[in-house]
Amino acid sequence: MKTLRFLLEKEFRQIFRDPAILRMMFIMPVIQLVVLPMAANYEVKNVKLSVVDHDHSSYSRNLVNKIKSSGYFILTGYSSSFDAALKQVEVDQADIVLEIPADFEKTIVRENKAGLFLAVNAINGVKAGIGSQYLNTIIRDYNQEIRLQWIQMPRFNNEPRIQTTSSNWFNVHMNYQKFMVPGILVILLTMVGAFLTSLNIVKEKEIGTIEQINVTPVRKVHFILGKLIPFWIMGQIILTIGLTIGRLVYGIIPEGNIGLIYLFSSVYLLAVLGLGLLVSTFVQTQQQAMLISFFFMMIFILMGGLYTSIDSMPAWAQMITRFNPVSYFIDVMRMVVLKGSRLKDILPHMGIMAIFALVLNSWAVFSYKKRS
Amino acid sequence: MPSVVVENISKSFTAEKKKVLALGDISFDVAKGALFGVIGPDGAGKTTLFRILTTLILADKGKVEIDGFDVVKEYKDIRKRIGYMPGKFSLYQDLTVEENLEFFATIFNTTIKENYSLIKEIYQQIEPFKDRRAGKLSGGMKQKLALSCALIHRPSILFLDEPTTGVDAVSRKEFWHMLKQLQKEGITILVSTPYMDEAALCDTVALIQNGKFLSIDTPEGTVSLFKKPLWAVKSDNMYKLQQDLKQFEGMASIYPFGEYYHLSLNRDSILQEDISAYLTSKVHQGLEINPIKAGIEDVFMELMKSTDD
Repeated sequence: MKTLRFLLEKEFRQIFRDPAILRMMFIMPVIQLVVLPMAANYEVKNVKLSVVDHDHSSYSRNLVNKIKSSGYFILTGYSSSFDAALKQVEVDQADIVLEIPADFEKTIVRENKAGLFLAVNAINGVKAGIGSQYLNTIIRDYNQEIRLQWIQMPRFNNEPRIQTTSSNWFNVHMNYQKFMVPGILVILLTMVGAFLTSLNIVKEKEIGTIEQINVTPVRKVHFILGKLIPFWIMGQIILTIGLTIGRLVYGIIPEGNIGLIYLFSSVYLLAVLGLGLLVSTFVQTQQQAMLISFFFMMIFILMGGLYTSIDSMPAWAQMITRFNPVSYFIDVMRMVVLKGSRLKDILPHMGIMAIFALVLNSWAVFSYKKRS
Repeated sequence: MPSVVVENISKSFTAEKKKVLALGDISFDVAKGALFGVIGPDGAGKTTLFRILTTLILADKGKVEIDGFDVVKEYKDIRKRIGYMPGKFSLYQDLTVEENLEFFATIFNTTIKENYSLIKEIYQQIEPFKDRRAGKLSGGMKQKLALSCALIHRPSILFLDEPTTGVDAVSRKEFWHMLKQLQKEGITILVSTPYMDEAALCDTVALIQNGKFLSIDTPEGTVSLFKKPLWAVKSDNMYKLQQDLKQFEGMASIYPFGEYYHLSLNRDSILQEDISAYLTSKVHQGLEINPIKAGIEDVFMELMKSTDD
């Protein structure tokens, strides 16, 4: 016990003496949490629209005004011909071209129908898809408005109409930040847990101190615990900082019990610390550790459900995400923060995480040898 | 009972898909309280040998006993009673001198106070800098700190892997003086070095080359292995001198040694005048020819040559 206490003391001393590590652990997360959720956003806004209006009628003007007032589009200009508008698309000054044919008003009044033409720059698929969808919705809406003006309401509606109203649960205003902040926090925790641990151990390998330790009677389990405990504590501190930022900057107050998050993170940290430990037993230099960490990090982020929904991945990819500890914590974070889930709801996640922790750590301890 | 008993150990590594023999069938004993020197050039297998003896790596074959404990089965007991100072400075650079020492004392379940008498002489020299981080010490001080850390638990056997490599001449002398002092405390010391001149300071010298011991003997005994007459020769044109001496009848070997060539001969009957006459006939100027006594290095060159053949 005395040895372990001293190992911990030494570890903390080293951590607090290294300004780079401290910065990495405390300042970087703060910056990431403040900047990323504000910048990374799924909402498609500022779609540049070029209008080719051959009609110049009050109907066409109304339509364009309605589009403009939606807030999603920036009218970059009226073009005299479709070719001129297409030029604008080519030089990237317009994303969508809306062509209103001549006699638009006339045909719609006389024949009760009229055509419009949309040309969309689909280089950025997401922007093109969502932008044109918005535009279609606005046009449909406009169509309905005109009809309402014309139709004499009969006493009873002669055709049944189903109207859908939706209500958003758990994230009522569909606040993107509420969704992102918990996820980013998980990534930060993973970085500290897995990668700083592996770097720390590999550093001892590089300098040769591990050899000096290996010839002492220090027990393997003490040495490993001495490495894991400090980073476990660091992880919890970063989680606290993150949750505080979420509350102060984004006004995110977990719906569920905050203790549940800590409970889960205590198991989660064990798992990622095990991963870090495992990496460190296989590599020889900090450079190798960095590269491997980078590889894992990419997979963890892109296949963890942070940016893209796991449910919309192909089946094989969903299989992969099951082996990604990050995906479980992101899930739990969102469940507890947004949905207010209870212990019962996150127990399955916790069980899986415990298995992760057990497997990774025993593998690591098994392959960490005091001699070869 | 000897402190170290090594029986027929071998170790090979695979490098670039080829098997490289690091140690081949080495056996030796080290008596309790002896100062045992392992001397050989870089890559001879010194570090591998030390790593096996300190339980860091396992030998492929053979048996090693340290203080009567088996290096494979009873490594835990061994680790409690040995001190190891690797060739590369490997203490915590970001901890201070005192913290490093305290750390190693604690993990051996002891305190600085308890064994202060043992390290006093060494530690006193770095004590004025005890609040300085180990990484910021000079080479000589780092070495003293490393030695202090290896000694803090009062080991019965001390392993020093090239402790004097890269250390200046004065510090080297000091260091050997310290080893002598430690020996008086009853500590068995195994030390490796690439410097032949340090061999004379050991009780027993083992010459190692290509993973094999060439000889194990006292320094005097080792030197006496050299039986041939030996001459140190110098002239104004050293390159030509070498070429000419190679042609000299009765030449056994010739190799550069400082500013001289060491020339060993096959026969005792050749006199200084004979060499002199031969070289003068080859128009050498500024000739210097002196009979010398062989040193460890000469023995090493001789033994190396005979194993190559």
